[in-house]
Amino acid sequence: MTEQAAEQAPARAVSERRRISEIRNLGLVGVLVLLVVIGALTEPGQFLSTGTLVLLLTQASVIGVITVGMTFVIIGGGIDLSVGAVVALATVWATTKATQSFGIGGIVFCAVAVGVGAGLVTGLLIAYGRLVAFIATLAMLASARGLAIQLSQGRTQTVSTKNQALVDLGYQDSYVLGIPPLVLIFAAVAVLGWIVLNRTTFGRRTYAIGGNLEAARLAGINVRLHTCLLYVLSGLCCGIASVMLIILTSSGTSGNGNLYELDAIAAVIIGGTLLSGGRGTLVGSVLGVLVFTTISVLFTLNNLPTAVQQLAKGVLIVLAVLIQRRYSTERNSR
Amino acid sequence: MNNPLRRRAFLAGASALGVGALAACTGNSDEPPAATVTQGAADTPGKKVTIGFAGPQADHGWLNAITVNAKAEAGRHPDVELVVAEGSNDAATQSAQVDALINRKVDVLVVLPADGKQLTPAGRKAMDAGIPVINLDRIFDSPQSYRTWVGGDNYRMGVNAGNYIGQKLGGKGTVLELAGIDTLELTRQRTQGFDDALGNFPGIRKVGRAAAEFTVPTGQARMAELLQAHPKFDAVWNHDDDQGVGALQAVKQAGRTDFLMVGGAGSKAAMEQIKADSSVLKATVLYPPTMAASAVKLARLLGQAKGLGDLAEQEIPASVTLFSAVVTKENVDKYLPGSFE
Repeated sequence: MTEQAAEQAPARAVSERRRISEIRNLGLVGVLVLLVVIGALTEPGQFLSTGTLVLLLTQASVIGVITVGMTFVIIGGGIDLSVGAVVALATVWATTKATQSFGIGGIVFCAVAVGVGAGLVTGLLIAYGRLVAFIATLAMLASARGLAIQLSQGRTQTVSTKNQALVDLGYQDSYVLGIPPLVLIFAAVAVLGWIVLNRTTFGRRTYAIGGNLEAARLAGINVRLHTCLLYVLSGLCCGIASVMLIILTSSGTSGNGNLYELDAIAAVIIGGTLLSGGRGTLVGSVLGVLVFTTISVLFTLNNLPTAVQQLAKGVLIVLAVLIQRRYSTERNSR
Repeated sequence: MNNPLRRRAFLAGASALGVGALAACTGNSDEPPAATVTQGAADTPGKKVTIGFAGPQADHGWLNAITVNAKAEAGRHPDVELVVAEGSNDAATQSAQVDALINRKVDVLVVLPADGKQLTPAGRKAMDAGIPVINLDRIFDSPQSYRTWVGGDNYRMGVNAGNYIGQKLGGKGTVLELAGIDTLELTRQRTQGFDDALGNFPGIRKVGRAAAEFTVPTGQARMAELLQAHPKFDAVWNHDDDQGVGALQAVKQAGRTDFLMVGGAGSKAAMEQIKADSSVLKATVLYPPTMAASAVKLARLLGQAKGLGDLAEQEIPASVTLFSAVVTKENVDKYLPGSFE
């Protein structure tokens, strides 16, 4: 009873919160539109085409799935720095000769199991071992990357011809109604994530824990178990993303997933999620991923050097956040 | 009512099964490739030589091959003992390792520094202690810090790639470049060489360039973007075969076959594709990791005070620059044994 009451009490706050986040999302849509306009003006022939759209969504899919998990963790008041390293470990482990001998099922199972396993370990350390999330996931970052290097011995492990059907999923023959399977997986994960976050008890509890941990605990939520599950969820997303990365690159290496944690966190933050937790939307995070991917595509299309691209990314992050804040404060003061 | 205990027991059993299945998946049964190196005249066993070896962490196929080649070459000589320090990317750690090898009084040192500039004092210290240093690939700032430098030629890698592409295209067409990490000197040298060579062909224009950061996923991403940006071009040079794994996937995913691709470094996967002639990849420009085997050979000769048999000189040369050969379908069999995974 108390639990239900606690979850229904902030209903008014929720609607208020939702309005603010909608405005934030509108700001991001504005940035996205601006980028598309720049693309259309600078490279009219190439940018406005279905090819670019397919490319954009495909490039966004892997990091997008990771960002879904990251959104849950950050809304729940945590942080997961280990995602990139876990992706490296999962892709390496899933592409060893021994795993590949079990066929495509073995590869997929192994990647997902490694992701979930790593998430479970960090989750247990944080929830029951009372480690700070930053430290626990930093430790997982270091050890997962180390184990990946150890397992692969620095080699690039390619998918064998026996399991070629998995890699074929990335080719045009496998597109469903013109949509790449990778994009469909991303869409499915994002929709499922949205439902879980917005329409289930699990989602409401995630907001409650991130908003006020002590209040959530007093309301009878099993805070430890829930926190642990958030990292398992993030690990699961890493596992799925690893399978997608294997499809995309036909290989596993210890260099995979380099700096994915920063890309994912940046996308979540410009998507309007509070780094301190308790507030945020999945739609914003997905828009954040799309903005970053569009910038990358836009720059290569215009043949600009990487240095300029990094500079522009930094400026755009600041701009996006400033614009969002301005709009939301204006609306609030009215 | 469900029995929570039974459910828990089931979960525990399931996870134990999962862990078992995963443990069965860690094996990588194949032995690492050991390059076959041509035998020199001075190969007859001589005085016992202890060689210290310090290199960076093997987190990239090429770097891993460096250590593998060094160990394999040492194993071939009964008069050589190789002492290998744990690989590190940290200049301070590597300096300490070089110190430890000096204290161990090895006869000759082979060092592939994580950063040539930062390890210059460490090399000098060994030289001052009377231990000749063979500086591998990433060059020290001062010639006083090494006895002999052995390494690749990034500029000529670009030159050879550019000239090969220019000739293949008959001096006419448009070209793309998929570079590595732009902040590295070696990337600038490779690009400079490539541009200079393309300058020999006035009919050829470089229309696009992207930096793919030397990893497979970034190779895939940048190549996919380049392909979308350029619906028609004639050739692309990719600086690195490791990122090339991703780049070739991007080509297949885009369903493109209408151009020529040239790789760089010389990985086994790339050479096998060149041999099979089944993809757009028709050649790769070497940056041979066998240089580590050559370094160990030279270290042994230095330790035994021998010269290079086929040269007129009494002494080992102060610098050996390797040639970045272009590997094509015609000559791939010669280079395949020296390739890396």
